[in-house]
Amino acid sequence: MISLTIDGRAVTVPEGGTLLDGCRELGIDTPTLCWAKTLTPVNVCRVCVVELEGSRTLVPSCARKAEAGMVVRTDSPRVQASRKGVLELLASSVDTSTAPTLVAFAKRYGADPLRYGPPAPPATDRDARESGHHHVGSGEVADTVHQPMKVDNGLYVRDYGKCITCYKCVEACGTDAQNTFAIAIAGRGFDARVSTEFDVTLDDSACVYCGNCVQVCPTGALMFKSERDARDAGTWDESQQTTTRTICPFCGVGCTLELTVQDNKILRVMSPPEASVTSGNLCVKGRFGVVHVSETP
Amino acid sequence: MWGSNAREAHPIFFHHVLKGIRHGAKLFVVDPRRTSTAEWADTHLPLNVGTDIELALGVARELIVQGLVDRDFISHATTGYAEFEAHAMPWTLERTSEVTGVTVEAIRALAHAYGRAQRAQICWTLGITEHHNAVDNVLSLIHLALLTGHVGREGSGLNPLRGQNNVQGGGDMGALPHKLPGFQDVEDDEIRGRYEALWGATIPPKKGWHLTQMFEAMGRNELRTVLVMGENPAQSEADVGHARQLLEGLDGLVVMDLFLTRTAKMAHVVLPSAAAWVETEGTVTNSERRVQRCRKALDPPGEAKSDVWILAQLARRLGVDLGEPTGEELWDELRLLSPMHRGMSWSRLEANDGLQWPCPDESHPGTPFLHGRLWERPVSGMLAPFTVVQPEGPVDQLTHEYPIRLTTGRRLDEYNTGVQTNQYRNPMRRRETVDVSPGDARALGLAEGDRARITSRRASVTCLVHVDDGLTPGLAFMTYHDADDVDTNLLTIEAIDPKAGTAEFKATAVRIEREGTHGSPSSERPAHA
Amino acid sequence: MDLHLPNAQPTPEERAAVAAVVGEESPLGWGLADVRARRHELLEVLHELQRRVGHISAGALAEIARRLGVPPAEAYGVASFYHLFRLKPGPPRIVHVCQDISCQMAGAGNLLQEGRKVAGTRASCVAGPCLGLCDQAPAIMVSQSGASPFERACGKADVDTVVRAVLDENPPEAGPANVAATPGHRRLLRRVGVVDPMSESAYAASGGWRALARALEIGPQGVIAEVTASRLMGRGGAAFPTGRKWAAVAAQSARPHWLVCNADESEPGTFKDRVILEGDPFALVEAMTIAGVATGCERGILYLRGEYPLAHERMANAIMAARTSGKLGANVLGSGVAFDLEIRRGAGAYICGEETALFASIEGYRGEPRSKPPFPVERGVFGKPTVINTVETLVNVLDIVTDGGAAYASIGTAASTGTRLFCVSGAVARPGLVEVPFGVRLADVVDLAGGLREGATLQAILLGGAAGTMVGPEALDWPVTFEGMRERGATLGSGVVVLIDDAADGMALLRRIAAFFRDESCGQCVPCRVGTVRQEELLTRAATGRAWADDGERLQQLDQVMRDASICGLGQTASSVVMSAKNRFPHWWGAS
Repeated sequence: MISLTIDGRAVTVPEGGTLLDGCRELGIDTPTLCWAKTLTPVNVCRVCVVELEGSRTLVPSCARKAEAGMVVRTDSPRVQASRKGVLELLASSVDTSTAPTLVAFAKRYGADPLRYGPPAPPATDRDARESGHHHVGSGEVADTVHQPMKVDNGLYVRDYGKCITCYKCVEACGTDAQNTFAIAIAGRGFDARVSTEFDVTLDDSACVYCGNCVQVCPTGALMFKSERDARDAGTWDESQQTTTRTICPFCGVGCTLELTVQDNKILRVMSPPEASVTSGNLCVKGRFGVVHVSETP
Repeated sequence: MWGSNAREAHPIFFHHVLKGIRHGAKLFVVDPRRTSTAEWADTHLPLNVGTDIELALGVARELIVQGLVDRDFISHATTGYAEFEAHAMPWTLERTSEVTGVTVEAIRALAHAYGRAQRAQICWTLGITEHHNAVDNVLSLIHLALLTGHVGREGSGLNPLRGQNNVQGGGDMGALPHKLPGFQDVEDDEIRGRYEALWGATIPPKKGWHLTQMFEAMGRNELRTVLVMGENPAQSEADVGHARQLLEGLDGLVVMDLFLTRTAKMAHVVLPSAAAWVETEGTVTNSERRVQRCRKALDPPGEAKSDVWILAQLARRLGVDLGEPTGEELWDELRLLSPMHRGMSWSRLEANDGLQWPCPDESHPGTPFLHGRLWERPVSGMLAPFTVVQPEGPVDQLTHEYPIRLTTGRRLDEYNTGVQTNQYRNPMRRRETVDVSPGDARALGLAEGDRARITSRRASVTCLVHVDDGLTPGLAFMTYHDADDVDTNLLTIEAIDPKAGTAEFKATAVRIEREGTHGSPSSERPAHA
Repeated sequence: MDLHLPNAQPTPEERAAVAAVVGEESPLGWGLADVRARRHELLEVLHELQRRVGHISAGALAEIARRLGVPPAEAYGVASFYHLFRLKPGPPRIVHVCQDISCQMAGAGNLLQEGRKVAGTRASCVAGPCLGLCDQAPAIMVSQSGASPFERACGKADVDTVVRAVLDENPPEAGPANVAATPGHRRLLRRVGVVDPMSESAYAASGGWRALARALEIGPQGVIAEVTASRLMGRGGAAFPTGRKWAAVAAQSARPHWLVCNADESEPGTFKDRVILEGDPFALVEAMTIAGVATGCERGILYLRGEYPLAHERMANAIMAARTSGKLGANVLGSGVAFDLEIRRGAGAYICGEETALFASIEGYRGEPRSKPPFPVERGVFGKPTVINTVETLVNVLDIVTDGGAAYASIGTAASTGTRLFCVSGAVARPGLVEVPFGVRLADVVDLAGGLREGATLQAILLGGAAGTMVGPEALDWPVTFEGMRERGATLGSGVVVLIDDAADGMALLRRIAAFFRDESCGQCVPCRVGTVRQEELLTRAATGRAWADDGERLQQLDQVMRDASICGLGQTASSVVMSAKNRFPHWWGAS
């Protein structure tokens, strides 16, 4: 066990544990967006930064391993300012309409989404942008990642105007779970984006529609078509929904399914990340193939 | 992985395998086809269909002659080793290679890696069990584990991957001809007595028929009325043409199902069932013996009722009042009778991520792996036997007339006869194909998207052609996912393993001929893998 | 791996390009080990495709997947990260016109406009970042793909040069750099422009290889002791003691150890590495060999920026010649010690100068930096203990080993030992590379470059490059030492000194720097990815007299969040020039 101090309180975390583990141990509510228990930390969202004594800059609590004797502050003005600043930058550049967690964080830290001006209109060329080049705007509007939604299959949609580039979907599609590698980060800088090769449709890509990317997406940029359709039709009503855990009816692996049901229809299938069998992952049959019980062919 | 395409058939299990591979584990895949599972292997052993026993003997001999066996384990925990050794000795690498078609290097690599590993598992699926000598195939794999002591230890063992979400649970609950719930022997008077006492009824003292024996009994006119629950034998049975004749000849066919399947359409009475996994409360047991809770999330449609309700109603009409038991009440009854489930209270199953049997009392954490007793000294209970099994090729033999070996299996996005999976908006859906090797395609004048006629000794069907370079010449592959379109099981042989009752779906002798180019309706499009 | 291959087919030329790097049909083996073993060849494969075919096609990605086991989406992600790779077909000739500050002051903007007019559809004339020819501003680079590919950089470009760059079979090439040194202190530059850089025997005749012989004589511990005694500090910007770094790697038990020379010189205003790589390539080979031998490395990698074709040619020649003459290989100078070198080229990404991004790039990934710790001495390239030094740091080692660490430490000041190279450009009479002992005044550095250009009035000086500091003329009196600059809130950075006269539009320079960072941010972390955009937007408003009331405060906040919360040095310093200029030159902000 490693002993350290966070906000003046002593805490111990297991060997290999992180500052975030320490914060959670102490009940210090620390925001995270790109972190997930089942994924390798990429520490890119920077909302979990903390102040570490002796460090020139703030450090990401999700990835920084605890060391004996560390002195950490999570409540300093510097930390608060950075979290607010990061959330302001995020909120100013993406559509947060289906990202309640992000919006709640922004509210908590007093981040003003309009701090950098009114959002720029959607762009249709984001997938064609070349690294090392950009269009210089007027400065009057805040550039955004707003863009048309990609709907190229009947199972899930990709609305990258809501994408905060947290890498979770890429990790879930890649070495952390599915090992299918249908998507990767392409481009660079503000034009960095989640993409198939040459932005081909999912049908032409390696995608096997496991939906494990949708499962980990923190902003609703990836969303089940059934949920998207219900939202677009105005019938999505969380007050009328139930969430039930059961076991997948297909092969003998025993994957826990977490069903969101409204009007006796399955609108969404997730899996709890803490399930020992699935770690939150499913295959196409469990994720999408179970609608035979609620859809008429 | 031996005879298992888990990447497609058990995708989330394969995630765990992938995690192992990423951490440096070595994967060997024994499969006639270079499947997507095999693509992840360090070494793929593409054996000739039906030569699993020979391959296992070759591996066993190499383990023995290289001193890679655990002599101490063998002497303390097993019986019959000497006979087994003598039986294996003729299977030199060269001879094994010749018979199985696997290279000497690959066999050696597998034997050495398995023998030297600290922990090693053999996982298998229907590639092992859908043969007429399924049990012998399984025994052959067990022998390898017994030779090396890769059993009964954490991370080592023998792992049959169940193909359906409650195949294990069905067996647990006594849906076997010779077992009562909890795998207790129906022919043991004392055990049976306990069940009879609780149930207040008499249980036939003799074991019953398994599925294939039932069909045989239909053939002998001994079985005239059948209740089919959630099974679609009119499409899933081997030599399904014959099976349909038998079903059609019954005095009474009652089908309980979610759907009006092909079988249901033949029935005299159809009882619409609720989907147990999502419209009722209960449990299933997965491949790792984990008992898991299924919960009701939906109301069943129309007049559909739960299986339990339907059975209770049938019982009432037969003069027994079972009441309307809940899932929990039935579970508690099981716990009274099945010692291995006794510790799994309903509330424990609720609170935990399931529990693995045996779990004899409520303080027991469940059992992650079995057979640990083989490491006790002395071993308590029965020693593990080596059994001499003779290799036997597939029943449906290749001849000039039927020169191609057809094997069957599953694809990632479909399931069995497709009654469940043909309903979602599946972007990967494709017309059923017969997959042939590039060499055979050339020789037969077949190209991607052509229509071919596939003929076995029993029947003939046509379907589209897909050329798959993961197949070796002489090997073809089909599924029966789209049975309404391509009735694959008309071709397969009902060669049954007498011990297990499984049919040899994996080895059919066929010939393939060209049936014209894109000769079918315009809705057909070339299939892509 | 069960890779999904795209339906697109590679052309024979694409097949050949991939095979030229990874060999003829040696099939990808089973298992992950073989896939892992090939990944690092990805960038070289992409270079070869770009060179032969002119772009990376879908068919090429299919071939990459088949031969290297790299998933097409990942290969696309990598190719689209580096701006020298083109992802759609275009004219075989590409003319890059540098837009960074020295070139901008020399009229690069106009050059680009003119170039585009001439180019039409015959060539792509594209704006680009610093080409490391700031001494010969404005600079362009021509790359020709296809049957007879070449790459050539050229300085002092005018409209006529650009026309020739677009049209000629044989476009002009850059001339040699001006070099100068404080009398008695020409050490790192002693051979530059004097000794034939292509001749191993000329190098040997001019005192080359003596340091290596001495290093082998005193052994690894001896070398590390001398380097430690010299108090040599890294010249890349972080000023970390080199001896300590080497000792730390030498002590690591994990094997193998790797030596990496960071020659991804891309800090706008910097060209010192180029001058050494082109002018004294054997010196770097010798210095890397010493470093490798001292720290227990058997292999070294020279990570060279993709925009330095001449340096590539000369370093490749030097490595080959050193191998032939027994200075590299299984038996270095007959000592029984093994060490060899290879070159890896970057492909247009400033971020790859950051050491962890550089490792990722070598390994065949997007040049995305990662958090430290773990530091490279523990986990560097391929996850192994790694010594990483810049070109200038390494070549200092030659004199340290030959003369001893103590003698070296007597040069300069107590805290800043040795000599330092400065890349002087902008409004000076003889822009070029200048070598001075630490401790002289900045004015002395400028004087060695011929002093201020005639008729110019000094307005500002950019110290340390785009990630440096904007200072006023008063800085001419400052001593050039690490500590002296630090005290004044400035940095020597990579040795950039750009003199800005009063004809220059200060705000335009800042906007260019802001644009540069926006282009070069890798895009991983939010503060840098979005912050660099907001900074540019804010400067755009300021430059056009439309600043919002609280933009000052907004800029302050941006600066803080980028500095405090970015993953790496790029984001952490992306606002430093802007902020220093805001303080020192408020009038650049117009109204105020």
